Amino acid sequence: MRGGTTGIEWLVLVGLVAAGVGAVWGLATLAGLPIQYNVRNVLVRWRSSLTTILGIGAVVAVFVVLQAVARGIEASSGNTGDDRNVLVVRRGSQAESGSLVTREHFKTLSYMEEIARNEAGQPLISAEVIMIVSVPRVDGTGEANTLLRGLTARGMELRPQVSLVEGRWFEPGKREIVVAQRLAKRFQGFELGGTVKAGLTRLKVVGHFDAGGSAFDSEAWMDSDECRAIFERDQYSSILLRPRDTNAMTVLTNRIDTDKRLALRAEGEVQYYKGQTVTAAPIKIIAGLLGVAMSIGAVFAAMNTMYASVASRTREVGTLRVIGYSRKSVVVCFLIEGACLAALGGIFGCALARLTDGFSTGTLDFQSFAETVFQFQVTPMLMAKGLLFAVVIGVVGSLLPALRAARIPVISALKSV
Amino acid sequence: MAADPIVQVRDLSKLYRQGDIDVTALNHVSVDIQPAEFVVLMGPSGSGKSTLLHIIAGIDRPTSGDVLVQGINVGNLSESDLATWRNQYVGFVFQSFNLIPVLTAAENVELPLLLTRLDRKSRKEQVQAALELVGLGDRLHHRPDQLSGGQQQRVAIARALVTDPVLIVADEPTGNLDAKSASDVLDILRSLSSRSGKTVIMVTHDPKAAGYGTRSLHLEKGEIVA
Repeated sequence: MRGGTTGIEWLVLVGLVAAGVGAVWGLATLAGLPIQYNVRNVLVRWRSSLTTILGIGAVVAVFVVLQAVARGIEASSGNTGDDRNVLVVRRGSQAESGSLVTREHFKTLSYMEEIARNEAGQPLISAEVIMIVSVPRVDGTGEANTLLRGLTARGMELRPQVSLVEGRWFEPGKREIVVAQRLAKRFQGFELGGTVKAGLTRLKVVGHFDAGGSAFDSEAWMDSDECRAIFERDQYSSILLRPRDTNAMTVLTNRIDTDKRLALRAEGEVQYYKGQTVTAAPIKIIAGLLGVAMSIGAVFAAMNTMYASVASRTREVGTLRVIGYSRKSVVVCFLIEGACLAALGGIFGCALARLTDGFSTGTLDFQSFAETVFQFQVTPMLMAKGLLFAVVIGVVGSLLPALRAARIPVISALKSV
Repeated sequence: MAADPIVQVRDLSKLYRQGDIDVTALNHVSVDIQPAEFVVLMGPSGSGKSTLLHIIAGIDRPTSGDVLVQGINVGNLSESDLATWRNQYVGFVFQSFNLIPVLTAAENVELPLLLTRLDRKSRKEQVQAALELVGLGDRLHHRPDQLSGGQQQRVAIARALVTDPVLIVADEPTGNLDAKSASDVLDILRSLSSRSGKTVIMVTHDPKAAGYGTRSLHLEKGEIVA
């Protein structure tokens, strides 16, 4: 899925760069000045140009990386689930962690005829428990909450995107767990053969799984009923099930949602996880605020460079005006220069940000209050945004210096030293 | 019978404001300049000769009076029309050459042509011809800092004449040159007037340079005195 989207995004990025080059070429032609005039002026003042490029590059890098973090968190939720599955939680609950589903509910749902069955004739339904386990971090910075999911064998059948990469699956009744590989790298005791404390007992890690960048990469799994027993819980957190077909899904969802005796809510598993993106919201807000604050600084940096450029080229501007170039041409000329300078900064910033692509880390999930693991996703679309952001900085920063250059009377400009 | 004047200056005045004082740079000046004349404007500093040159060339505006070049009243043109007019009718030569340092000799000379409808090939041909005319056909790809002062001024002359303007104006073109280079530049200007039929107006302090012109006008305190 990401491969296809990324392909289109690369096309968008290439298209944007081509459009930008075309726009610069067109504007330069309109202004009448050769583009090499702008390029060489940027190169001649290489020290101030480089400072501006580095400054704008740093701003763009921070902007893109913060967006990549938000996107990575969203992607880990958005990439989770199976279109054919339905998740059932208590009515009024927004997340599994705050939901309670009784054993009677599970029994009632298990007998519904709309539920699909596997080759052995067993209904594809899994009653699950979500618990929090505090585990010390590998880097010694204290403990953090991790998600422990209790699920049945059907639960694993319902999640084909999850595959065992090391060891074996847990066996019920043996106090065994299987941990997501990405999570295991971040916590002590999650290594193969390691143990972690859960309630009054210790759980042994017998395998590692890979969940393909989904939200399950932040979980450890064990047997559902064993999990309830360890934590002395009577109830489950949620029920995952698969209806026979789309018609059955509609019927089943309506039935669960409208049955007042059940007091449950049914939602497509994919939709449920897409809705769990609240963790990315504060990061997006921070990215926005930082972006605005840093862009103001970058605009002034670009403005400073362009004012210096105008000041040192006043007589050149006068000469251009004398030989027939209009005020508009002068404005366009300096805007092109500022935009090109900023675009170079943007390319540098995007290249820096791209180095973090795929970097795996974790943050607090504001729904479950457990560590959620995600990967930075510096996508071509984000880089396109970063480039546009840079060009806007360059154009805004160059506008006043460009207008100033155009307004200098020709005679005064010619007399400038 | 004399030809119609190419430049007609009618009752031209220019006042500057310096602090609270009005300074008269030009005081009711009138003069006609014929096609292919090489007119030299002389006079002490502050006499108004450069101001007169700038107003005739359309880079400054008079306080009152008119300047007509080939019948066009330059003072009536809008700012953008004036820029287009300068490109088509006037070639400029400055004392300090005013070449664009980051562009080569050929690119500098091509600058005025980029505002015309000429295609790339025609532009290149005209640039080559202009630079050959000033003896720099082998310096096309040299940047200004790779040329001597005299060569830079010759590039500036090539830039001034590449659009085939009717008027060449030169503001102290030999002021920054050694005697030999100055003589070369003046020879070119005289040749443009006598052989190519261009009207040349030159401001200078140097009586020797004035000897190259066909007519000298002496200004003092904003008036033509001789």
